[in-house]
Amino acid sequence: MRLALRESARSFGRAPLLSALSVVTIGFSLFAFGLFGLVALNIRNTVRLIEERVEIRAFLIDGTPVDVAAVAVGDIGSFPEVARAEFVSKEQALTLARRELREFREEFDASVLPASIDVRLKDGFRDPQTVNAVAARLRSYPFVDEVRYGDEWVEKVYRLRNIATITGLVLGLAFAAVSVIIIGATIRMTVLARSREIAIMRMVGATDSFIRSPFLIEGFAKGILGGAMALLLTWGAHRLFTQMVLETQFFSPRVAVAGVLVGGLIGALGSALSVGRHLREVT
Amino acid sequence: MTGPRPADGGTGAAGAPSHTGTFGASGIIRFSSVAKEYPRTGTALAGVSLVVAKGEFVFLTGPSGSGKSTLLKLVYMEERPSRGEVRVSGVSSSTARGGDIARLRRKLGIVFQDFRLLEDRTAEQNVLFALEVTGAPRAGMHAKAARALTQVGLASKGTSLPRELSGGEQQRVAIARALVNDPFVLIADEPTGNLDDRATRGIFQLLRDINAAGTAVVMATHDMELIKRSELRTIELNRGQVVFDSAADPAAGGGGAR
Ligand SMILES: Nc1ncnc2c1ncn2[C@@H]1O[C@H](COP(=O)(O)OP(=O)(O)OP(=O)(O)O)[C@@H](O)[C@H]1O
Ligand SMILES: [Mg+2]
Repeated sequence: MRLALRESARSFGRAPLLSALSVVTIGFSLFAFGLFGLVALNIRNTVRLIEERVEIRAFLIDGTPVDVAAVAVGDIGSFPEVARAEFVSKEQALTLARRELREFREEFDASVLPASIDVRLKDGFRDPQTVNAVAARLRSYPFVDEVRYGDEWVEKVYRLRNIATITGLVLGLAFAAVSVIIIGATIRMTVLARSREIAIMRMVGATDSFIRSPFLIEGFAKGILGGAMALLLTWGAHRLFTQMVLETQFFSPRVAVAGVLVGGLIGALGSALSVGRHLREVT
Repeated sequence: MTGPRPADGGTGAAGAPSHTGTFGASGIIRFSSVAKEYPRTGTALAGVSLVVAKGEFVFLTGPSGSGKSTLLKLVYMEERPSRGEVRVSGVSSSTARGGDIARLRRKLGIVFQDFRLLEDRTAEQNVLFALEVTGAPRAGMHAKAARALTQVGLASKGTSLPRELSGGEQQRVAIARALVNDPFVLIADEPTGNLDDRATRGIFQLLRDINAAGTAVVMATHDMELIKRSELRTIELNRGQVVFDSAADPAAGGGGAR
């Protein structure tokens, strides 16, 4: 183990440029993951806030009898997705509108606003598909004139989140692939520089895993360094954004540590993928 | 040039023909109808069967390209036979896996014509290397290395780098490294190929001393003088086949059957 550590430190010194490059590419890979992960995280938080307010409003045809509406409210209230359904009369709608839009108070009169049934969905049923489905069912009542909800909004935010996630994944994976290739090249150099030593190790009976371990440790160490670098960059970007644009949330410490460990894994994986092949070339 | 000769304690034992017991059922090395074909160059060995007994000294000779190095590679399992089986100290070429081969090599000493020392390490560090990379306990490592260096007559040269040593001395370091794990057999592929006469005699004497102390030795060589003088078991290869084995035909004496 001690020998393995010494060897991996040595090869860092042997190829400082390539080693630094591996660290940096792993760093960029995780930075891409981190940045877009952060965007996704914050969008998810926002979406949750919006979703909590998701309300479907079914406007009723003028003159719908109150008792018909009351039956419908009971009906809708028993949908599995629905938390609460409530009848809002023309008068109530007017009061509400006046309260919310003080400056236009005088322009409303009772004839403008229709009565409606307001529907709140249960937690976990607020995604665009469910909202659409419930809206469609409301629309099928003959006395329902129009159904409104924040559909475009919700779908846009969802799409944004998906784009952020996919972009992060693609960029992150691309950088991860590049770092794996660079680590492979570094290992090739190290193996060549140490081919004599490796041949002697084999001759005197060192196991393959022993010969391999310095390379894996080295890859892991580079990955951890890259991960730390990415964490710093991501945090910096987060601070900058929070200061200049708006308050955002950062990863929990546990997620941050996991991210750095993922860096170590990428490094070790990059090494594991190429070390066997390159060692086989040495005889 | 050459380092101080070790005490000449092996002559008595080594003087006697050492091929008694060759046909004992339990050889430490056993080839059964072994053939080796390389992908491009074709047949290197064909139908080789032989047994090397515990503590034996065996010369392996034959013209260039006759398969000597290939035969030795099969012994330390650098190569696997294309047909037949090689069995070394209970490890079979048909079933051995990477780990088995690594453990087997710890019990073999291997020496080459070109010494294969690490140039940036001292003689002692080169010997220690074999212990370090095979997971030997740290305690007693230095004592073991020092003992091995003393055994090859280089007790005073432990801190020298390979380039500060003569060819003969470098080969002694390589032999010390081969001995440090207490092997049951020493495999030497033309160990004197790069040495002058005087150094050759020194190294050969050292190998006989090591053999006298109980370690079997299999030595590939072109040096007919050496073979004739010493009357040891000689196996001659030609085009990948055993054409002569003095153990099978003792009347023929050591070597020179061609
Ligand atoms: N790694 C290899 N790949 C392909 N062919 C090989 C390989 N090693 C040896 N050979 C071939 O096998 C045959 C035997 O070679 P080997 O090295 O065993 O001979 P040798 O008796 O040791 O010769 P020398 O006395 O010159 O060292 C030769 O024809 C050689 O070309
Ligand atoms: Mg040879």
